[in-house]
Amino acid sequence: MSFDYSSAVELLALCESRSLRIWEVALRREEIEQNVEAGILLGRMEEYYSKMRDSVREGLRIRRTSPSGLSGGDAAKLLAYSESANPLFGARFARTIAYGFAVLEHNAQFGRIVATPTAGSAGIVPACLLTLEDEGLLNSESAARCLFTAAGIGVIIGKNASFSGARGGCQAEVGSASCMAAAAIVEAMGGTPARACDAAAFALMNTLGLVCDPIGGYVEVPCVSRNGMFAIHSFEAAVMAMAGARCVVPLDDVVLAMRDIGRRMPRALKETSEGGLATTPTGLLYGSGQTFKR
Amino acid sequence: MNTISAFDVIGPAMVGPSSSHTAGAVRIGRMARALLAAPPCRAEIDLHGSFAATGRGHATDRALVAGLLDFPPDDARLKDSLDFAKEAGLSFHFQNCDLGEDFHPNTARIKLRSAGGEERQIIGSSTGGGRVAIVEVDRYSTLFDGNLETVVLWHRDTPGFLSKVTTLLACVEANIATIRTSRNSRGADALTVIELDTVLPEDCLSLLGKIPSTACLRRVPRQP
Repeated sequence: MSFDYSSAVELLALCESRSLRIWEVALRREEIEQNVEAGILLGRMEEYYSKMRDSVREGLRIRRTSPSGLSGGDAAKLLAYSESANPLFGARFARTIAYGFAVLEHNAQFGRIVATPTAGSAGIVPACLLTLEDEGLLNSESAARCLFTAAGIGVIIGKNASFSGARGGCQAEVGSASCMAAAAIVEAMGGTPARACDAAAFALMNTLGLVCDPIGGYVEVPCVSRNGMFAIHSFEAAVMAMAGARCVVPLDDVVLAMRDIGRRMPRALKETSEGGLATTPTGLLYGSGQTFKR
Repeated sequence: MNTISAFDVIGPAMVGPSSSHTAGAVRIGRMARALLAAPPCRAEIDLHGSFAATGRGHATDRALVAGLLDFPPDDARLKDSLDFAKEAGLSFHFQNCDLGEDFHPNTARIKLRSAGGEERQIIGSSTGGGRVAIVEVDRYSTLFDGNLETVVLWHRDTPGFLSKVTTLLACVEANIATIRTSRNSRGADALTVIELDTVLPEDCLSLLGKIPSTACLRRVPRQP
């Protein structure tokens, strides 16, 4: 019996015919592929979740700037703002953004992170899952299942497009991460596999065209703030799907669009730092190795 | 690449800042290192495409050298790998190159020499999220990704060679995931790369090395 699939249509068919959730299909597929028991695989995912939590915690503590001078300390500022007297939309909103920042700030300072799916987009899924855990909607065990949902969606992107910023721009990194996170949120909330795929489609559709133009080639500007912002974006996509908003373009088509846009995107905007933010006067200043202290 | 694991999507656990330019580069370095019998003492590294353009900001140089020192991608020593290389007696030289459009933008060509004089050259690409592909070994085009136990054989292109290899593997019930023979001309030398579902016992490796046409054999372990 095979649990392999190459598209969201095939994944949903497997969920339907076997009465399984996305995480279960992804887990069984892995069990067969790696010939390792489900319990061990879930344990491995739980360990990754614990490493994600560590990377958030470490990042929130950062006060010094990174070697490039481009990042560091903003996660802590966001956390402080979330704990201030009257934060906009309550503490939750700023705190989630802080989590996304934290992982990327830690990453920029040679910290240990879990690539999800890449290092430059490693803050989004952890920020979303930790937010749910804060709200009492998730624990380590269910987080591992949600990570299999995220991975299950990621497999579709990996097979049909790419996670490489050099190949597909930021949409392939942050877009993929947000797409996976949105599906994981729906999973955590008990939504159906179809709704999870809709959430994934909404998230990815609205990152299409994002270019990869980091200043000086450092994974910091705009990457750090983008991870904070697209954690929120993932929640928006999940809410739209759970509300039953109509997602006209199905996930498989959005993934094809992402691949198409990635192919047409000029090389200067695909992780070469030869265009966009990287070649603005500010970008060139920081890219030239002149660091600054705030 | 037709298969992708859930753990290719989530993971690896790694030292930042970039999965492709740092963690992937570590893996390429480790796999290159595994093709030598002894640790390398000299490395010439050519960076292509995005590796050349943004490699410094992403610590690609430190990551490749960390890999050549056999550090795993989540080893905190990565940050100071260039110093560790000096301690280990590994000298290295980096330069930018253009390998052409056929290669992935994140690609490195690594020429290695060990103290014993053994020389190898590989081309490896970092294809995103820490995944890698070794696409060339000693100018033979090939393909393996470090997700499985891999055996690399340099041999004469003689009839029956593969049948001897597969017979030996069958004896120890090792399941072959992929097998790929590359040659540059008929009847001359060739390279065979075998990806396996299990780790081969030492005595089986030793027998593979004793097949008369085998010139050299190396094991590239599954990458963390």
